Amino acid sequence: MKVTLTVNGAMHAVEVSPWKRLLDVLREDLRLTGTKEGCGEGECGACTVMLDGEAVNSCLVAVGQCDARTVTTVEGLARGDVLHAVQKALVACGGAQCGICTPGIAVCAAHVIDRGLVIGRDEPSARAQVRELLAGNICRCTGYQLIVDAVIAAAREVGER
Amino acid sequence: MDPAVPAIGSSLPRVDGVAKVTGRARYLDDLDAAGAWHGATVRSKTAFGVLEAIDLDPAFDWSQVVVATAADIPGANVIALIEDDQPALVKIGQRVMHVDEAIALVAAPTRALAFEAAKHITPRVRAMTPVYSLEDALACKQPLYKDTNVFKQFLIRKGHEADAELDAAFARAAQVIEGTYDTSPQEQMYIEPQAMMAEWRDGRCFIVGSMQCPYYVHKAMKALLGCGPDGVVITQSVTGGGFGGKEEYPSMLAAHVAVLAAKAKRAVKIVYDRDEDIAATTKRHPCRTHHRLAVDAAGEILAVDIDVVMDGGAYLTLSPVVLSRGVLHAAGPYRCPVVRVRGRVVATNHPPHGAFRGFGAPQTTFAYERQMQKLAIARGEDPLALRKRLALRSGDTTATGQLLGFSVGTDEVIAAIEGVAGTAPTRDGTGPTGAPVRRGRGVCFYFHGAGFTGSGEQRLAGRATIALTTAGTFEVRSSSTDIGQGSITMFTQIAAGALGVDASLVSVIDPSTANVPDSGPTVASRTCMVVGSLVDQGSRALAGQLQTWAAENGLGGRPLLEIAKARSAHGELTHTVQYEPPPGIEWNDTTYTGSAYPVYGWAACLVDVSVDLDTYEVTIDRCVQAVDVGKAINPSIVKGQIEGGTLQALGWAVLENVVYKDGKVANANMTNCIVPTFADAPDLETILVEVPYPFGPSGAKGVGEIPMDGPAAAVANAVENALGVAFDRLPISPEAIAATKSQWSPS
Ligand code: FES
Ligand code: FES
Repeated sequence: MKVTLTVNGAMHAVEVSPWKRLLDVLREDLRLTGTKEGCGEGECGACTVMLDGEAVNSCLVAVGQCDARTVTTVEGLARGDVLHAVQKALVACGGAQCGICTPGIAVCAAHVIDRGLVIGRDEPSARAQVRELLAGNICRCTGYQLIVDAVIAAAREVGER
Repeated sequence: MDPAVPAIGSSLPRVDGVAKVTGRARYLDDLDAAGAWHGATVRSKTAFGVLEAIDLDPAFDWSQVVVATAADIPGANVIALIEDDQPALVKIGQRVMHVDEAIALVAAPTRALAFEAAKHITPRVRAMTPVYSLEDALACKQPLYKDTNVFKQFLIRKGHEADAELDAAFARAAQVIEGTYDTSPQEQMYIEPQAMMAEWRDGRCFIVGSMQCPYYVHKAMKALLGCGPDGVVITQSVTGGGFGGKEEYPSMLAAHVAVLAAKAKRAVKIVYDRDEDIAATTKRHPCRTHHRLAVDAAGEILAVDIDVVMDGGAYLTLSPVVLSRGVLHAAGPYRCPVVRVRGRVVATNHPPHGAFRGFGAPQTTFAYERQMQKLAIARGEDPLALRKRLALRSGDTTATGQLLGFSVGTDEVIAAIEGVAGTAPTRDGTGPTGAPVRRGRGVCFYFHGAGFTGSGEQRLAGRATIALTTAGTFEVRSSSTDIGQGSITMFTQIAAGALGVDASLVSVIDPSTANVPDSGPTVASRTCMVVGSLVDQGSRALAGQLQTWAAENGLGGRPLLEIAKARSAHGELTHTVQYEPPPGIEWNDTTYTGSAYPVYGWAACLVDVSVDLDTYEVTIDRCVQAVDVGKAINPSIVKGQIEGGTLQALGWAVLENVVYKDGKVANANMTNCIVPTFADAPDLETILVEVPYPFGPSGAKGVGEIPMDGPAAAVANAVENALGVAFDRLPISPEAIAATKSQWSPS
């Protein structure tokens, strides 16, 4: 089947089985290897991408469902060399260690921040909110603390602009 | 000093940070190799028996795939490590020792085809009666290893020569505290599964992959391929976490891809499925510790007697060293004149257990810190005050008779916890969901030996090289891998600081056995302390060499960078430093006495929990760790290390577990083998304490493992505080809580 999808602003047409996982189409057909596979069963969130503005686990999405839809991956978060606020904050705060979970977390957190889901809250409730919204993304390295710090810092920065 | 020189003690952002947040960092599965095929592994499915045949389904089309067995191994069919008892592939006629043991390999143009083909290969195994429990292993009705099933045993004695003297000390006791502590196996759950690729070019094998220790893989491949040191090149790719899980197991994948690549005559890549990774690779050793503690009427410790038994699984792998660290920490950081520690690690038909952050110490720490809690309760003494009263300090000796002389952060870490503890939570209340809860507080105090045990560092004699390149920049060359812990950033910081140059002029090259000296494995909390120190010394020496050259060439007194530029025109200049043990470090491997470690990290931890009385779930409401790290070279990285380790320990305490059924991991997927999520984790409070180690870079000592050791005991102590029932077995799951309901203290 021919599937047409817009990925990070560019239109792609791929000839694939409709059952091929979106994750594999991104990594193999489009060579966008920023999106990672940690489990292949919807548990770790390393494969998180945005599909029409919703965060999804791309290991659970068949590409046949993606025809004429829009996908954003970690490669699409920065504008040229200008990193998204959450990418900058993850570097500054030490929120990426081994980094394998980072693309999924950056995509999900960018979504949370861009939608304004954390601003206008006091610190404890903002932290609780971040923890809840990112609960589908597992990180085994950081203990999450510095990632939460980074997301809050980025949300404040974006909110103040 | 040039203002761009990164100061030691400043949080230089990770040098690999931008590559990681943009998705540009390339892990093994992201690497292209033209025409690479994919490999898959056929596993035993029978826990114990003799391999009689390997059957290929005649109905399957084998023309597209390559199949390899033990017969295709060019050299010795072993994964060389401590003992050569584990084969890379079981040979027909030989014993199969665990249910996920590799029997055959398949390579195919696509991963799907490789996995499909693997399903059409059936090992025919004549089953024998397997051994799973510690009791059965020790009874040795079925010998798995020699005629005892004991891979290794240790005996540590302090303050006595014969058992009768120990018995006499116990006979004098006013009080004896005794308990048995069981800790569960734990999965490392690095988020990047094991992954490796091999390719043969001009008779040499090039292996690249996710790993902690390139030279371990190198050693194993020399034996397996039957080649010299130049016959195989091992290169680490960006590694998505290890925690010990990529210490020994990558040699297995390397063997498999090397054999397949030779047979397929092209590059072959193996990337494990998550389920396969959980089922087949090493975990933390399950352990049973029996602990007896004798105190006099004043509450001083008279003697301790400890017996540790670990399940090593099917092969010896690293078990002797894990047990060694376990027994060396078993008596805890407490003054005690008479100590006996016995330890054994036994063979079973579980997949081999192996390295995991803490390396035996978390198991025995759980036992001794539960014992200290019971002592505090029995004496009606404040738990933290009791630890403060009995803790080791400078001038005291450890269980192996090591005289502690420097860098003992006992008072500082305990004071740090006292300073922030505040009032303990009220016991009865309601949780955020409105359910009734019981709250409690627990503390613990613990230590962790940094670097290799005993004379390990001397034997290894690790080396690191600092180079001025022909481009006028500097390179750090070592085999230490960055597996997320930040070593390349730390090395950059140490080298730039020592040379007095901007961090952007220093690069840490990718570890490849073709380009870097053997600085030892990335394990044992040794990278920053031991190898960092080599980087520090090497950088200073190189700077000195440059100054000498400058003086001889009429450039004396010029800034180092200018000298470096001028010198680089004449070719590369390098300086290699080899490890020298600090003075006064002596260890006797026969008597197990002396300086077990060059230095220790010290830590105290406070945990508040609530137990939901409807669901029996334990929630960690607060966790504070105060850790003496000597010197935090990069506080943000150090904090990240401590927090990551702390959460792994909290997870091990209440929710993580690996469940074996008939020798097989019954929960081999992330849905059932759970680790803490963002929502499970509390905000972590981390206090860095710095009591410098005179022989570490700027005073730094190991930090990677220590945070894993203590928190599980602090949680158990807190749950006991909440419910009035002792919890001596991990995990403290809702089932475990529910089972004690009738014994809870009245509200
Ligand atoms: S790979 Fe998709 S959720 Fe883990
Ligand atoms: S940084 Fe390693 S899993 Fe998150």
